[in-house]
This record gives sequence, C-alpha cells and structure tokens, in this order.
Amino acid sequence: MAETVLTNKRRIELLEMRGIVKRFPGVLACDQIDFTVKSGEVHTLLGENGAGKSTLMKMLYGLYQPDEGEIRINGKVASIRSPQEAIQSGIGMIHQHFMFVPSLTVAENVALGLKTSFGSMLDLKEISKGLSALSDRYNLKIDPDIPIWQLAVGEQQRVEILRAIYKGADLLILDEPTAVLTPQEVDDLFRILNQMRQDGHALIFISHKLHEVLAISNRITVLRDGAQVGMIDVEEATKQNLAEMMVGRPVVLQYDIPPLERGSVRLELNQVSARSNRGNLGLNDVSLSVYGGEIVGVAGVSGNGQQELAQVIAGLRPIEAGTITVNGQNISGKSPEKMNSLGVSYIPEERMVDGVIKEFTVAENLILQDHWREPFANNGLMLNFNVIQDACRQAIKDYEIKTPSTETPIKSLSGGNIQKLVLARELARNPQVLIAAQPTRGVDIGASEYIHQRILAERETGTAILLISEDLDEIRALSDRIIVMFEGRIVGIVERKDVNIQALGAMMAGVH
Amino acid sequence: MIGNIITASVFASMIRLATPYLFAALGETLGQRSGVLNLGLDGMMLMGAFFAFYAVFITGSLILGLIAAIIVGGLMGLAMAFISVTLKAEQGISGIGIFLFGLGMSELLFQQWIGTPTTVSGIPDVYIPILSDIPVIGHIFFNHNILVYVAFALVPIMTLVLNKTNFGLMVRAVGQNPEAADAMGVSVTKVRYTTLIIGGILAGLAGASLSIAQINVFQQNLTAGQGFIAVALVYFGGWKPRGVMLGALLFSFVNALQLQISVVGVNIPSEFSAMAPYIITLLALVFASKSREKPDALTKPFERG
Ligand SMILES: Nc1ncnc2c1ncn2[C@@H]1O[C@H](COP(=O)(O)OP(=O)(O)O)[C@@H](O)[C@H]1O
Ligand SMILES: [Mg+2]
Repeated sequence: MAETVLTNKRRIELLEMRGIVKRFPGVLACDQIDFTVKSGEVHTLLGENGAGKSTLMKMLYGLYQPDEGEIRINGKVASIRSPQEAIQSGIGMIHQHFMFVPSLTVAENVALGLKTSFGSMLDLKEISKGLSALSDRYNLKIDPDIPIWQLAVGEQQRVEILRAIYKGADLLILDEPTAVLTPQEVDDLFRILNQMRQDGHALIFISHKLHEVLAISNRITVLRDGAQVGMIDVEEATKQNLAEMMVGRPVVLQYDIPPLERGSVRLELNQVSARSNRGNLGLNDVSLSVYGGEIVGVAGVSGNGQQELAQVIAGLRPIEAGTITVNGQNISGKSPEKMNSLGVSYIPEERMVDGVIKEFTVAENLILQDHWREPFANNGLMLNFNVIQDACRQAIKDYEIKTPSTETPIKSLSGGNIQKLVLARELARNPQVLIAAQPTRGVDIGASEYIHQRILAERETGTAILLISEDLDEIRALSDRIIVMFEGRIVGIVERKDVNIQALGAMMAGVH
Repeated sequence: MIGNIITASVFASMIRLATPYLFAALGETLGQRSGVLNLGLDGMMLMGAFFAFYAVFITGSLILGLIAAIIVGGLMGLAMAFISVTLKAEQGISGIGIFLFGLGMSELLFQQWIGTPTTVSGIPDVYIPILSDIPVIGHIFFNHNILVYVAFALVPIMTLVLNKTNFGLMVRAVGQNPEAADAMGVSVTKVRYTTLIIGGILAGLAGASLSIAQINVFQQNLTAGQGFIAVALVYFGGWKPRGVMLGALLFSFVNALQLQISVVGVNIPSEFSAMAPYIITLLALVFASKSREKPDALTKPFERG
C-alpha cells in the first residue's frame, strides 16, 4: 500500500456518485448519473466531447456542485464543496489542462496549497525529499528544482501525478491524460497507472480513444449527451460496441478504400528547408511529390518538422532553401492568400488559432477567406448577407455541423463541429491540393469518421492530399503512402501494402 | 557648481522623499503579484493622510494618527477587494472609482472638520547614538523619522514573504495562474482580499508619512499623484521589492535634485522635474514587458469552472 505523506485517514475503498444531475444554462450536462469506483480498479468514463465527463468529475473534485444527487465515500455521504475539501478527502485530479504555475519550480508547484495557513514558512527541502522518494517508487526521474515551463508535456503530466499522490490522493481522476502524449508516453503512463492500481488506488480514466480504453480499464461507463448509456466490464467490450454506445449509431472503424488512381504530380517539394520557431532548421532538405488522387500520410512524433512542413506549403512560413511547386507553378514564398487562389487548402493544426476567429460567428468564419469575392460580396465591398446565410445553412446541413444558428459565436461550438466548419470552408473551394494537419485531434469519433469520409471523397475527385497526423491509426487507415519524419527530415517512405507498425515506430523514434 | 547642487542634503531628502512611494508601491506590488491592479492607490493615500492628520490634530497623539491611517487604509483595501474580487468589476475602472472617492472624500472631510490650513507637530526624527553622528553618512541615512526606517525595512521583509513563505507562494500562484491555485486548494478570494487589505494599510501609511511626518499639513490633493507614480514604480521595479525600491530612490533623487536646484537658484526650467513622472512611466513600460515576475493574471478577475 502506498503510504500517503499527509494523513493517516481511512483510504477510499469505494466511491459512489448517485443520481447526479448538473444543469448549465440551456444544457443538461449530467442527467441522473450513477458512477462508482473501487480501490484497485480503473473505471473509465468514455464519451464524445460534450458528453459531460469533465463536468461529472469536476463535481467530484469540488469545482462544481451537483444540482441533485449525492456522493458517498466508503458508504458515508460526503459533501465536497471545494478542491481543498476534495484533496482532504483523498481525491486528486489531473485536469485536461494542467494546473501548474509555469514559472514556479516543480517543488513549489507541489507545495502550493499544501499548507494554506498564511503564517508558515516554505519548506521546499522536505517536499523535494518526499518527491524523490515517490519518484523512486514509481521509477520516474524528476528534478524538483526545475521550473515547470522547462519540462516537456509528458514530464509535466508525471509531475501532476506525483503531486496528487504526494498530497495523499487515494482516488485519482485523469481527464483525457493521453490527449497530449506520444504513443511511447502513453505506454509510460499506463505503466504508472498499473502500478497505482496494484497499490490500491482507485483510478478514473477519461478518454475517447478506444484502444487505450480497452488496454487500461477494468470497467467502462459510457456517457452520451449528459446521459448514462451503460456500464460494461472490459471483457465484454470491443471497439465496435463501445463506439456504437458512444455515438448512438453503428460506426465505421475500417474504411473501404478504392484502389489508387494516381493523377499527375500536383504538389512537389524540392530540397526544401525552413527554420522552426526556435530558429533551428525545423525542416531540413525535404523532397516530396504528391500526386492527384493520392493521400500521403506524414507520421512522426510531434515536433519533428510536421508543422513546419504544413506551414511552408500553406505559405505561412518562409523557406530558407528549395522550391515548392503546385501544378508545376513555383509558389515558394507566396502569401497564404495566393496559395488559396492556386487551389491549396489548409486545415491547420491549431484550429482555434489559425483556423477560425473565435469571436466571429459561424457564418463569418465560413466566409473568412472568400469574404471579398463574389457571391459573398458585391464588387469586393458590401457583404451579401442573404447569400452568406444560404451558403452557411447549406454547409451546416452538408457537414452535419451542430450549431444553434448561423449567428452563434464559433467558440461555443465543440471541437468536432468547429473542425467540420473549417473543413466545409476549405473543401468548398474544390482544392487541387489539401493539407490536413491533425484533422481529427480532439475531435470525437462520430465527427472523425465524417471527416475521414470527406477526405476520402476528396481523394476520389483527384485532389492531392497531404495528411499530417500523430495518430498512427488514422494515418494507416487513410494513406496510400506514408512518410516518416524525424528531426526535420524524411527518414522513410512506405507504401500502403508494406506498412509494418513496428518498423514505423522505429523510424519515428529515429532508429533507421 | 555641481558640488553646490549634489550635496549630502540632496541624498538625505532622496531617502525621505522615497518613503511614501515605498510604502505605497510595496503594497501595490503585493496586490499585483496576486493579480489585482489597484489604481486607487492615490485615493487610499489621501484618505490615510487625512485621517492620520485629523487624529493628530484632534488628539495630539501620533500613535493614534498612525492607527487611524492603518484602519482607514485597510478599509479602503477591503472596499477595493470587494469591488474587484467579489463583484469582479473591471479593475482599472474600480481603481479609478476608489481614487476619485478618496480624492473627494478627503477634501470634503477636511473642509467640514478642519476648514483652514493648519500644521501639526509630526513624527520627529530619531537620533541614533553614534550612527547619527557620522559625518555625511549620518546625515544621509540616520537622521530620519521612524516611518522612513519602517519603509526601507519592508523591502527585505516583502522579499522574504513573497519568496520564502507559503503565503508568498500562494500570492505568486494566484497572480500567475489562479485556476491552478484554486485546483490545488488555495482560496483565490482569500489571498486577494489579504493582499489588497495589506496594500491598503501600506497606502494609508504612505499617506500618513506625508501628512504627519514629512510635511505635517493636510490640503486638498496632498499627494498630487504620488499614488499613480507608485503604481508605475511597481512596473518599473519588475514586481520585485528591491526593484521597486531602486525606482523609488531614483525618482525621489530627481525630486530632491529639483528642490535643491530651486534653492540654489540655478536656471533650469521646472518643467524638467515635472516631466520626470512621465519619463519614469515610459521607462516602466519598457522594463515591464521584460520582467519574468510579471503576473500573467494581472487585471483578470477569477471565476471557477
Ligand atoms: N461552465 C460551463 N458553463 C456552461 N456550460 C458548460 C460548462 N461546462 C461544461 N458545459 C457544457 O456541458 C456539457 C458537457 O461538457 P463537458 O463536461 O466538458 O464534456 P466532456 O468533458 O465530456 O467533453 C457541454 O455541452 C458543455 O458545453
Ligand atoms: Mg472534457
């Protein structure tokens, strides 16, 4: 049993949430949810974005108060009115967005909230000692004196976990912990979680990635639109039935892809180099051709030049050397606007930053790039509202975008729906070349499936498609060819029929 | 010539003039490190200055004067906290409201309760055996009233509190990332109320250091914008007590020099010193963007969820 540093209180053996209801203005976020978790098990909460997973857990952590229902710890009713009370009851939470003060050190971040009396002196030495004991136990290397911002995301997450354990969490909530991790880091995380489970911790794992859920869970509860769809043991669960429970209809997980009909070269990169934001050559001597009707997948661990690759093609990043041609026309150094008119469409990685303007409405975002063109504008001056409204309503219908109206600010839509809107806008121009960077990251299964189908349909019409993704499953499911990037270079090219997952993994790690 | 101007007296006045800035700006530093910009500082100083003066005027007790400044300053801080933390009002606007209230109220009460300009006998300079007798040095450093020493002692104390105590850690965390602090069980509200009340108390003392120690009078708008300069000094000092002290010294050196110049009768336009606050403010903004200690959540009200 893991001893907790703080107290000798009774461990959480059983936590029950009964009939939990939570309403937000206009939304029933949780509708009569029953959820229990025991010491020594991983109970997964599975559901699409907006299903109510985070809301349910925030009530357990004292960030929200339930409108109805009760929480019991070891059979006794508990009221958890603040995170402080949750921590005192032995509940810890790893949030979707890490809860750190980036400028403070690891030890300081752990010390935060440990003693809330105003008079006491900081004892960082003691905390460092406790932390190193814990990091030995879980076989994690952590330097307590390093500022958080200097740590990689995976390391930050480990600090979050250690901090929760240090603070005496018997029950740990992990809200989409794998969303930010590479496959290797996910393996590391699961190793830690397995050890915690053996140590008798109760774990709540939140995800919408099915293979992860199947790999780590004992039990799985599925939520959809705030309601509880069901609870099953992992032995009875399959990707197919889980996906169906999540989405509420049968979901295609394997696509039928018609044979490749290669057209002519649409996009060609010739020995292209570009600097990354850090100033080094993020893209180093990359040559690549993408043919019409072909999907080329770009695999790699994040930060190995994929983003720079997408940005140079989209005209968002200057190139240092080499040439880029679209349909034989040299486009190196052209503006994004010019790229658009040459038929290059770009689905950016950071859709909230580069893809949409958060404060603008759905309609405004839809015409973001074409606002000055007929038929949206007359003579490039006055916006033509009726035409815009019609186009917008059509896109909402075609792309199954869930939005209350065309005048809703885009920021209140879910990630999947925003991505569908970006897709609708980018595909409306019948692109010659489509760059899709992480098109389904943070997007739920139903919407992902839809986006994949759209990309495949685009392939059918002869568009040359470059698909950049950290999700190997996605790359494998869609690509005709896969290129692997490592440290800014292309280190391997594999045809669809020759794909071998181990070999891909090795190339991604730079072993080749 | 230069020797006539830059004398030991100039340095002594520099130290003396820096005192109200130090009190006010150190309090403001604490508040800003917790994420609250208090633009009402000048109004708080005026209220502190008036009540300290009034208490001494009525009772003749300097202690009561200081206590009055502390209470009134604390209450002003509480008001600022209520408006900006509990009601989550826009901090810039609520600060200006507090300033206007302090400006108007102190003048009104002065007209009602005292009426004509008078002086009180203020806090005397402390004679420190031996130290005060050292030539030059003694004159510059060891010939001041007690509030001057308190203000300078607050610099290391504030540094210690911010960096070495749990409270300081909470303040820094709440100013940088209140969501994280809240999730770790720190009450953002409590921390911000505390820093603002302490800031108010120090602003009250800043006012008292003018009205019952430095000039020993009260008049309408006695502070003449010193509170606003104190806010700029926080930026100038990069949110660090020592930086704030350097800024306060630099600024009051310019002031002291200007006084001396007018005494000696050198022909330098008085606009020169009138420009100083603006130059300081501009410098402050240049430096501010470079400081690592700048609180990310400055001016942002916190709401859970
Ligand atoms: N603070 C809030 N105010 C209003 N609505 C909210 C708030 N938090 C969540 N919601 C809504 O509640 C629903 C559930 O959200 P959430 O629990 O975050 O879903 P999940 O974590 O499963 O993706 C969504 O419709 C979301 O828009
Ligand atoms: Mg969530």
